[in-house]
Amino acid sequence: MARFLIRRSLSMVLVMIAISILTFLIFTTIPHPELQFAGRFPTADTLAHIRHQWGFDQPVYLRYLKVMKLIFSGQIVSYSQQINVVQQIFQYLPVTASLAIGAGIIWLLTGIMFGVLSAWRAGRWLDRGLTILSLVGVSTPVFFLGAVLAYYLGDKTQILPAGGYVSLTSSPWDWFKHMILPWFALSVLFIGVYSRVLRSTILDTINDDYVRTARAKGLTERQVMIRHVLRNSLIPIVSLWGLDFAAVIGGGAILTETVFDLHGIGQYAAQSAQQLDIPPVLTITLFGTFAVVMIGAAVDILYAVLDPRIRL
Amino acid sequence: MSDGAVGTEFSTEMPEALRAEGEELPPGIGPYKLAWRRLRRNKVALAFGGLFFVLVLMCVLAPVYANDIAHTGPNDENIAKALNQYGLPIGPTWHAKFFLGADGVGRDIAVRLLYGGRSSLEIGAEATLITMVFATILGIVAGYFRGPADGFISRAFELIWAYPVYLLGIALGVVLAISGLDLGLFKIGGNSLLITAIIIGVIYIPYVGKPIRGQVLGLREREFIDAARQQGLGHLRIMFGEILPNVASTIIVFIPLVLANAILTEAGLSYVGAGVRPPNASWGTMISDGIHLLPAAVHTMLVPGIMLVLTVLGINVFGDGVRDALDPRARIRIDH
Repeated sequence: MARFLIRRSLSMVLVMIAISILTFLIFTTIPHPELQFAGRFPTADTLAHIRHQWGFDQPVYLRYLKVMKLIFSGQIVSYSQQINVVQQIFQYLPVTASLAIGAGIIWLLTGIMFGVLSAWRAGRWLDRGLTILSLVGVSTPVFFLGAVLAYYLGDKTQILPAGGYVSLTSSPWDWFKHMILPWFALSVLFIGVYSRVLRSTILDTINDDYVRTARAKGLTERQVMIRHVLRNSLIPIVSLWGLDFAAVIGGGAILTETVFDLHGIGQYAAQSAQQLDIPPVLTITLFGTFAVVMIGAAVDILYAVLDPRIRL
Repeated sequence: MSDGAVGTEFSTEMPEALRAEGEELPPGIGPYKLAWRRLRRNKVALAFGGLFFVLVLMCVLAPVYANDIAHTGPNDENIAKALNQYGLPIGPTWHAKFFLGADGVGRDIAVRLLYGGRSSLEIGAEATLITMVFATILGIVAGYFRGPADGFISRAFELIWAYPVYLLGIALGVVLAISGLDLGLFKIGGNSLLITAIIIGVIYIPYVGKPIRGQVLGLREREFIDAARQQGLGHLRIMFGEILPNVASTIIVFIPLVLANAILTEAGLSYVGAGVRPPNASWGTMISDGIHLLPAAVHTMLVPGIMLVLTVLGINVFGDGVRDALDPRARIRIDH
């Protein structure tokens, strides 16, 4: 166990280093980077300052170290707005976390429910209905769904707020009302994907020997489904969920946050991208991908603890 | 080696059934013919495939509609006629011109819809081509050679896979919009549609490459590969003459899935300004323009949005049918 833990953590660190190098390289392909970094109206002083601070006058590997130092010491500054990027990200984190946690719970539970119902009634009308529903779900762009919901339930009928964010501490009820539509819009796509994946895994597992054994020893259908089939079929779902949740919390829900005007990490990335403001895009891309890699490793370790068959 | 090696297991089913009817054993029904027979029975899938085909045809004929029916171009602004007294765009009319209404600067939405569809479909098709070609080559090379080649390719897949799709999309979108892309032989400008296609194409390579590699890892241990090697075939001949036909059904199953996702991703990237850039129209930019006009003129958002959903739904339902037909036992696993 200890060996597995060490090996998995080591590989996680290596992947993170590789990702930091790759992300850095993506942004070094820009010609005359100091001009782009400086925002719209640079002075000669700012240009020289940026050139020195980011190491544009130095070889690539030194520049890499310099940029990483800037990011991880929390000193990276957005040049178009003169704001500290890392502080800004931490300020936006509660919004993104509200979105990710609420939506994550909704799409996991609903996805599992739909997947189980679909597999249980495979080939019948309920299964077909859910299949159509999930195909519509994965075919609808989240920002279009979001805009339609915000318009019809928000602007037009005033049932729910069309966008914006109220912090949980200032008014829990308002927070909840503002989050309902974003949670729903973000969940739809994932529910579609998860229910289909779970349906096919359950239908695979249901023919395994140990399921037949469980039936043969006289367990009820319900016990077989929940204790034996579902427990094993959930493995791919949980690892999918870990990665998707990490992506959302790392700023991946760019479209949802933008369409509902939630000032979260994703919207920050989108707004910075529109202004061609590189430092925030670079930092968010790096942090978001780190979140995916770290949660991925955590899920692997969790499996090794829970499932004695896994010894990598 | 037997000729049937290429055909996988499906081909054993049909001759039996035919013989039971007292017929002569036919020269052999290939797996694709069998799949086509199964697909033909799936009327829903065919209907949605047909819907997609009609939508594509309409977009291809966009210039005909613009010149001969609406008599206006995709970027022609007609403020006098298309905006009402409050400066808001008019809604759908029963005339050939402005059939689906106008957008915020007085352009004909129906015309733009078709031209925008051309961009969206073009980007989708190019991105799918890029994904499929590179994923197939890299997946086969990694699975066939294993060792260091596999190590390198699999790690590369792992890295791209770790990036959240839209974050990597806007990061590449920003960088390439500034610098353009220099591919040595030819240079692509920052606001070319190809840039968006390349970004999307690259992002989805691991999603297809990983399953292909996994399948090749199993195939390379089979007898027909040993036989090919004994015959003295080179690595290239084995990879692309023997292994490729055996992963072809996986490749076909992934094409509609990647196409649907590529079109959706284009729309998403365009919405946040990291995809198609004005004045080029695409469904993504049109929905985005419509959202900014929102409480006033809903049709500017609904028309391109519904068109996009119908197109992607057509691809997805048809693709589902193709998968069921090619792979009735659902052996090809698609995660995500």
